[in-house]
Amino acid sequence: MSTDNQYNMSKKQYWKGLEELNPSDKFNDQVANEFREDLPFAGVESIAEATTSRRDFLKYLGFSTVAATMAASCEMEVRKAIPYAIKPENVTPGVPLMYASTYVDGGEAVPVLVRTREGRPIKVEGNFDSKLTGGATTARIQGSVLNLYDATRLKFPTIEGKESTWEAVDKMVMDALAGLGGAPLYIITSTLNSASTAQAVAAFASKYPTAKHVMYDAVSYSGLLDANLSSFGKRAVPAYRFDNAKVIVSIGADFLGTWISPEIYAKQYSKGRKISAKNLMMSKHYQLEGMMSLTGSSADERYTCKPSQYGAVALGLLNALNGGAATVSPSINEAIKKIAADLNANKGNALVVCGSNDPNVQTIVNAINNAIGALGTTISFGSVNNTKQGNDSDMNAFAEALKNGQVGGAMFLDCNPVYDTIHGEVIKGKLPSLKLSVSFNDRNDETTQVCKVAAPTHHWLESWGDAEPHTGYTSLMQPTINPLFKTRHFAESLLKWSGNPISHYDFVKSYWMGKLGGEGAFDAAIQSGLIEPEAMPMSGASFSGNVADATAKIAAMKGSADGKPEMIIYEKVGIGRGGAWSNNPWLQELPDPITKCTWDNYVLMSPNRAKAMGAEHTDLNEVQREKKVFSIKSGGKEIKLPVLVLPGMHDDVIAVAVGYGRDKGAGKAAAGTGINVYPMVSKGENGNAYFYASDVELTGTSATYPLAITQTHHSYQNDRPIIHEFTFDEFKKNPMELFNERKEELGHYTHSFEAGGGHGEGGHEANAHIEPTKADQDWQDAYRKNGTLYPNHESLGMKWGMSIDLSSCVGCGSCTIACQAENNVSVVGKNQVLLAHDMHWIRIDRYFAGDPSKPDSIQTLFQPMICQHCDNAPCENVCPVNATNHSSEGINQMAYNRCIGTRYCANNCPYKVRRFNWRDWNEADCFDDNAYEDGRRDDINNNITRMVLNPDVTVRSRGVMEKCTFCVQRLQGAKATAKKQGRTMNDGEARTACQQACPTDAIVFGNVNDTASSIYKLRYEEQKERVFHVLEEIHTLPNVNYLSKIRNTNVLQSANPEHSGHSAEAEHHV
Amino acid sequence: MLSYSLRMAKDFKGYLLLLAFLLLHTYSTVAQPDGKALFQANCAACHNPIKDATGPALKGVSGRVPSKEWLYKWVKNSASVIGSGDKYANEIYAKWNKTAMTAFPALSNEDIDAIVKYVDEYEVPGPKVVPGAETPKEAGDNTLLYAILTLVLLLAVYILTQVNKVLSRSANVKSGLPSPKDVPFFKNKVIVAVIAILILIGFGVWLTNASEFGRQKNYMPKQPIFYSHKVHAGINQINCLYCHAGAEKSRHAMIPSTNVCMNCHKQINEYTGAETHPLVTLEGKKVDGNAEIKKLYEYAGWDPAKKDYIRDDKGAIQAKPVEWVKIHNLPDHVYFNHSLHVVSGKLACQRCHGNIEQMDEVYQFADLSMGWCVNCHRETKVQFADNNYYSIFQKYHDEIKAGTRQDVKVSEIGGLECQRCHY
Repeated sequence: MSTDNQYNMSKKQYWKGLEELNPSDKFNDQVANEFREDLPFAGVESIAEATTSRRDFLKYLGFSTVAATMAASCEMEVRKAIPYAIKPENVTPGVPLMYASTYVDGGEAVPVLVRTREGRPIKVEGNFDSKLTGGATTARIQGSVLNLYDATRLKFPTIEGKESTWEAVDKMVMDALAGLGGAPLYIITSTLNSASTAQAVAAFASKYPTAKHVMYDAVSYSGLLDANLSSFGKRAVPAYRFDNAKVIVSIGADFLGTWISPEIYAKQYSKGRKISAKNLMMSKHYQLEGMMSLTGSSADERYTCKPSQYGAVALGLLNALNGGAATVSPSINEAIKKIAADLNANKGNALVVCGSNDPNVQTIVNAINNAIGALGTTISFGSVNNTKQGNDSDMNAFAEALKNGQVGGAMFLDCNPVYDTIHGEVIKGKLPSLKLSVSFNDRNDETTQVCKVAAPTHHWLESWGDAEPHTGYTSLMQPTINPLFKTRHFAESLLKWSGNPISHYDFVKSYWMGKLGGEGAFDAAIQSGLIEPEAMPMSGASFSGNVADATAKIAAMKGSADGKPEMIIYEKVGIGRGGAWSNNPWLQELPDPITKCTWDNYVLMSPNRAKAMGAEHTDLNEVQREKKVFSIKSGGKEIKLPVLVLPGMHDDVIAVAVGYGRDKGAGKAAAGTGINVYPMVSKGENGNAYFYASDVELTGTSATYPLAITQTHHSYQNDRPIIHEFTFDEFKKNPMELFNERKEELGHYTHSFEAGGGHGEGGHEANAHIEPTKADQDWQDAYRKNGTLYPNHESLGMKWGMSIDLSSCVGCGSCTIACQAENNVSVVGKNQVLLAHDMHWIRIDRYFAGDPSKPDSIQTLFQPMICQHCDNAPCENVCPVNATNHSSEGINQMAYNRCIGTRYCANNCPYKVRRFNWRDWNEADCFDDNAYEDGRRDDINNNITRMVLNPDVTVRSRGVMEKCTFCVQRLQGAKATAKKQGRTMNDGEARTACQQACPTDAIVFGNVNDTASSIYKLRYEEQKERVFHVLEEIHTLPNVNYLSKIRNTNVLQSANPEHSGHSAEAEHHV
Repeated sequence: MLSYSLRMAKDFKGYLLLLAFLLLHTYSTVAQPDGKALFQANCAACHNPIKDATGPALKGVSGRVPSKEWLYKWVKNSASVIGSGDKYANEIYAKWNKTAMTAFPALSNEDIDAIVKYVDEYEVPGPKVVPGAETPKEAGDNTLLYAILTLVLLLAVYILTQVNKVLSRSANVKSGLPSPKDVPFFKNKVIVAVIAILILIGFGVWLTNASEFGRQKNYMPKQPIFYSHKVHAGINQINCLYCHAGAEKSRHAMIPSTNVCMNCHKQINEYTGAETHPLVTLEGKKVDGNAEIKKLYEYAGWDPAKKDYIRDDKGAIQAKPVEWVKIHNLPDHVYFNHSLHVVSGKLACQRCHGNIEQMDEVYQFADLSMGWCVNCHRETKVQFADNNYYSIFQKYHDEIKAGTRQDVKVSEIGGLECQRCHY
């Protein structure tokens, strides 16, 4: 059809992975089949060769059916209904209660709301009243509720590994403290920003004057803090204001994924990028980095360099601002020139951040920010960020003292130095010989194992407390459940040992009543959870850094010798620094945003390097589960990890994530996979930990190792436009381009078949530059009605709709985990992910465009893919038992109890969003002992862990299909509230879990029939130019729409036919 | 009204108008505050009309208090009356151990009047014989009897037919007429048809029974305490929602915790209705009401002798929950919300639970099958005009205005869709 070619105007070339760019036959086979393996008789091969005849089989079948019927269904069990003995006043069974509290992990502290049901927390949401975060969350915040129910947590205090009582622990510790005899006592913690806990530490230190409080961050920001001390006189991370910046430059800082406070930065960042035809404003984001980070994948322009070159890049940029030239590499020099011009043109509206932990590099970055007027505009020292305060030198001093036998005792809170510092070996060796060693950690992790006493502290969901993530912004903590185990808060323990036996609640309360002036004020503060100023105080600082010294030191820095790679040691978005996260099955199974790999760590490598080192498999693609294992040698240590080839990596850079290689004390999900790379962190000349290593020896081995990568699961053939992307200039010039394309493709249905108008008439009237009018809306309605022979679904009351903004989405994955927590989505374990049996209802498709052999050319794009709730759904027509059908509110409903598991629907779904329960993941079957076990994910079915399940959502059993429901339980709940109050529903009353979790507000949801709703306004007024539906030409009529991606750059790689590989051919219709 | 009555005599329309008027009139009397209901809902926890309880017996209260206005003020906020230094108020307060009376700011003066009227007119309930109300006799199950009778009759028919056959054959032989040939029974069309029909019926019965698997209609388990809904909700007219408070707020109606029972049973420590309404189990065993109340005290941690709760050294009441046997069981994949049905659906409890106020022991009234739910959703009208939530259904409003539609059924607003109940 002629219209096809016209529609291909904005069709660009994207690929999910190298296998899609250069497809092998095997890959094509995979894409063609929804279910890629035969029926799962794994382990029972004999069945296939069994000699049982068909008749015998039928006999067995008949017998077992009858037997099962007789055994199972004749007698109903007697169930009990047990009310409260004395009902707590504010609890109504079946009605959730929300409590304001504070999520805490190390120094990270984020105000949250916790939803509890019948006294157990089941879901964490951002506290949308917070002016600091605006309710933004990350995947880890969403997943933190599972940590509470972690079966690996210590259930009681221990002395020398044996169960003990708090009385015995108190006696032992206090005796030991009295017997220290002036020997120094170290209290080692991750960053502590709780004012009340700080007071407890101070009280303890005044009782035991030899006590020293040392803070360190596993992933260190010490260099940044040191540089700020010398540059601005304050050892603090300033508040960054990405929302005030028109030009954002990041040198190796993953500020949307893992750097300092990603949830705040993502929210701010997205504010500057909410582009529409009426609001043609968009910040410009440059990223220079060694590996492919989450932030880099969102960048408008991205350049790669080695981590050892970050200093040279910063220096070059500083010179270029003053008209000088950079001397890094020709392509980087060119880029720096461009960036410098952009920064100079936007003085006062620009921000440069850097992920290096070298104070010299950070001093140069400070000088740049000083030069571009960022201080006081996009950087504020009026309220500093307290989430990172660690000091590597103090930690080095502790290790040195320990080595020299100058330490009397040591206590550890929320940190695991045996595992996550370069001093691990020293601490592990020396700690057992100390008179006193106490771990307050929540589990018997690597450090706790070598401590005499384990005095586990509460999880934050069980605890009173407070945190001050930014100065002046306090978030209070209140327990949402009684402590599950015999744990005691760290502050209470310290106070007790300093001779003040006060309960932690009384302590926190009296502290805050003193601050706030009275019980009423305290209660009000606890209720809102927040003590915040009206607006963030913006004030700069005067720069007094020693640029000359820093320049000299940077110039003297040596990177890797030619050919030898540098290794970046990075945090994964889901697993972070390790800690309790390593044992969180939700986060382990969260596909990494960039690599889409689950359950493992691996060494990332560019395609060029992989080819040169023979790391590619015959297909050079991810169809192969088995990856070649490489040996990495650095600083006298050797590790072996499988290779994952990732476009966009600098050719001389490899990268490995921390958080793996855990001891079995960390838990079932954490243990037995990957390698710990913290010991390979290098120590800079100033003592700071550099999270990269130079001169790495990389050699191949003959071994292979399977990696569970989801990127090619649920693929659909990419020869139709699934994504629409425009440059900022293109969009400015012609915002209507996409709208008109759609009209040309679909507008000829304006005349119905009956009317005999024929095809193609409406379409050709399209004019590229007219504004859409009411008549232009009509062709969409006409297409809906006339494009099919099926009757149209009428939505009289509600019609739910969702919009996902591809420009705002940064791919962080918090929606995926929020959905998992809300909807009881199962964890399947690595072996089943390998079989493409993953159950996530939200799959974030990551597409690349560009030339894989040129890392700087790679442009990345994320597309969250959920059930599109088609009004003309292909899945509904093929279900033999009508288990999936359409509701009058536009929801594609799935009745689990009706489903018989034919999987026809999944086969017929063009979006590949249906998930089948291949196994009994949750012991939900009516047969006992039928649950799937693999040794790593099994704790998810523990009786404690199961308390996390949402009681409003059915736990699905084996053999049924499931998929996104638009969080129907929330919609029904909101409708019920309105109905009971006899009023119409307000916009925003019903919010889906993914919408609520999204830190960048990329997801808008609501009732499209309500012309006052934000979804209606967005679709038909504010963003009508950017709206499109995926595969809308096949007339599925999705209730989910997407907004086109706008990239603030000159060149779209996807539009470059030179790089388009096979897909270009697919474009020519044969 | 005069004009109405004049017209009434003349034309039929008048009757209709009068009828409408009377209906309206009845309605308005119904709309008057119901003193009994108000008393049960608000006062009964602490007051008895004729007996002193937590508070004084209320019969004759209008004669005792200084004035009507004083009484209004007192009920709405007794603390302020006491605080104002009122002499009578302070006397009462002191007399009743300085137990403050709960404030009822929501009660109107008319409400209070109605309550006073009710308590003043209150009579000790004696045995009342309701004419025409027979004691329901145990309806025996006669199925077996009928079955035997049918068999016997069938046998008689068979024997008679055979006798007839033999006789007519011998008569034929005698008179030399040819006898019709015997058809084997499996070729007899009538017999084959009857057997086929029987098989079909059997299959139907089997199917019906099979689909009844797991259903528990008429399930009446023994409960740990012989709690009679008839005594509480029927005879004493306690509002269902007083105990099942969740029915208005939550998906669960909520079985009350023991402290809710104790709101009344701190005072009511004996069953006084043994004569008028003796408690008997289904099996015919007599139940001692007083012993059942004692059982409650055990659970609630109440010491009836000291009239106080038994507490541990931390001051926590030593109560333990009653483990009731659950009667109404829905499968886990069914979401049912009481509050929606009670509040926005305005359904009476009895619609699904039967005449619960007549049950000494509760049984499952409805079969709680999906067909039963769906049927109700097909037949029941939503509160379309009264609930503003439904204003979004413009089409139906238009149709009602145009007169082409009378009402909106639950099924017409999506009440039959899977995800109303399954998610």
